[in-house]
Amino acid sequence: METSVQSALDFYEPDNFPSGISRKVVESISHIKNEPGWVTEFRLRALETYMSRPMPSWGFIPQFKIDLDSYVHYVGSRQKKKKSWDEVDPEVLRSFERLGIPEHERRYLAGLEAMNDSETVYANVKKELADLGIIFCDIDTAIREYPEIVKKYIGSVVTPEDNKFAALNSAVFSGGSFAYCPRGVKTPMPLQAYFKVTAASSGQYERTLLIADEGSEIVYSEGCSSVQDSGTNFHTAVVELVAHKDARIHYTTIQNWKKNMYNWTVKRGIAHESAHITWTDVNIGAQTIKYPGIILAGDHATGDVLSLAFAGGGQIQDTGARIIHVGKNTRSNVLAKGVSLDGGINSYRGLVKFEKGATGAMSHVKCDGLMMDARSESHAYPYNDVSGENGQLNYEATVSRINDDQLFYLQSRGLSEDEAKLLIVSGFCEGVVRDLNVEYSVEMTRLIRMILEDGKAIAAPEQAAAALP
Amino acid sequence: MLLEIKGLEASIEGKEILKGVNLSIPPGEIHAIMGPNGSGKSTLSYVLMGHPKYTITGGDILLDGKSVLAMKPDERARAGMFLCFQYPTSIPGVTMPNYLRNVLKNIRGADVPIKEFRKEVQDSMRNLSMREDFLKRYVNDGFSGGEKKRNEILQMALMKPRVAILDEVDSGLDIDALRIIAENLQAMRSPDRSMLLITHYQRILNYLTLDKVHVFAEGRIITSGGRELAERLEKEGYEAVIKANK
Repeated sequence: METSVQSALDFYEPDNFPSGISRKVVESISHIKNEPGWVTEFRLRALETYMSRPMPSWGFIPQFKIDLDSYVHYVGSRQKKKKSWDEVDPEVLRSFERLGIPEHERRYLAGLEAMNDSETVYANVKKELADLGIIFCDIDTAIREYPEIVKKYIGSVVTPEDNKFAALNSAVFSGGSFAYCPRGVKTPMPLQAYFKVTAASSGQYERTLLIADEGSEIVYSEGCSSVQDSGTNFHTAVVELVAHKDARIHYTTIQNWKKNMYNWTVKRGIAHESAHITWTDVNIGAQTIKYPGIILAGDHATGDVLSLAFAGGGQIQDTGARIIHVGKNTRSNVLAKGVSLDGGINSYRGLVKFEKGATGAMSHVKCDGLMMDARSESHAYPYNDVSGENGQLNYEATVSRINDDQLFYLQSRGLSEDEAKLLIVSGFCEGVVRDLNVEYSVEMTRLIRMILEDGKAIAAPEQAAAALP
Repeated sequence: MLLEIKGLEASIEGKEILKGVNLSIPPGEIHAIMGPNGSGKSTLSYVLMGHPKYTITGGDILLDGKSVLAMKPDERARAGMFLCFQYPTSIPGVTMPNYLRNVLKNIRGADVPIKEFRKEVQDSMRNLSMREDFLKRYVNDGFSGGEKKRNEILQMALMKPRVAILDEVDSGLDIDALRIIAENLQAMRSPDRSMLLITHYQRILNYLTLDKVHVFAEGRIITSGGRELAERLEKEGYEAVIKANK
């Protein structure tokens, strides 16, 4: 090991990292993880890029108070576990009840199990997957056990030089999922991961890499939550998908970070000949900057982005899609739904590009904004760049207020105003929610209720009870 | 009286539309309100159901002798009032079964077991000659005029209201659809249910046993009578009848 020759004093202890980023921070992470030299070099190369790039200033970024020097960029895995439910904040328990989060997930979320215990979650399904030749583990394990695959693909879709935050993630990444599906094999159940943040004023940088070999299919879903209230967190994940010829990847994210989380995630997939990628992206919490991307590199490749975002009080959700058509006869489809309430700002930002050689490319983009009150905002910023020949791009956008005629109609059928609003919002979200698997779509109904309650669009249960005669 | 409207006055944005409407419907009766376009007939139906954009400036609406003026539209619905909309709005993304179950849960105060629910819906749909694939669609989304009207009557059949206000249920229907809807209404006639049909034309009345006809003009009922009044309107036109009663 290269790193073992260095004095231990040259590295930070896992639970004692200072705030800010430096060469020592990056080297310490690599040291703690006992990584091979090429990973350390990958990280250091990225650090240089990160240092040399200015903070971007487009879009809503100036309104975000991101102070990267004030965050701790690595929080060790040996955090003290809580011993019993008595130590968990009652407010946290209450939100679990409202969300109907399953018991085993609550234990992670409440800090009764540390994130590294997610190893055991992976272990449960490992045998069945291994029999099919599917690799599914965390990225650290993958670097250790499958270095040749990781080395080939990491940074190949999102290079560290792509942007300042891709560079930051590449320098300090920790955790995240890795999956490889061999030729012609399909995942027998959705591969699932769960991410959470509990430490205040820290950054979280997962790195996820999924590779679907020729003719294979990966269905992957992840949930993310944070449970602490004080201090700002920063989350920059990089997710790379590689869909080889005739392969399919369906990647679902339900993000429910707290509002004091900045979430700048770079998600991008490359679809080779006749391959397909779907991103289903649901953003509930956080201040988000995220545009899941698909490069339709091969001929006849297809891609879908289904996006649903909720912007509540004090929240800015800047989400959308980036689709680059490179191959011939490639097709893409974007459906983006945004609900803003309680003064929240929702924005669709999308790029669709037809490269010169992308003859016969087709893209359909539809974005809809729903505002629950007059204080909330909904924006759309489409960027279309069409150079290919015989291409066809359709773009449609709607922005609307919650509709009085719909409310009256539903009330005349016995639904209270709040029940009516819930049904209208659920209907608005349906185009994306119907694509979620059953387990999540049931949870979405509860989530939508909670979002509307928190955004004061409908009464919270206590108030509703008090209002009864 | 099941429904009593007493000297009802209502306005919208300061403009007076209803100018003292008086009407009583005993249980079991079907009444028709007929009148020219723009006379305030649709406003009356909205006001009866409690649309928030209208202001009540005088009079009262009584259900079973109790005022409903302080009740919200959903409370009126749960108390047994139903409005069949002339132009039902669509609720995109909400499937018909999800919607109907939601409605019935609120109207009946408890979830309807799924088996019972299916049977009830299928029976009512059969009565209205509605196709099965209708249940795969979103509420009124992309429905033709006739489909929307059938959907309104389907909801009425399931909700079993005590007072049904039907705002131009006969408009935009072809002859067959008109007959089917009228026959369903006739079948729903019962000793404890009242209906108020608001219409321009007397053709739907041919399929129904009608108890009373009221002529509506300039924001009030100007004369009432039996079914012969509807026939007179058809023959002489609104203008002549209105003039004769001024």
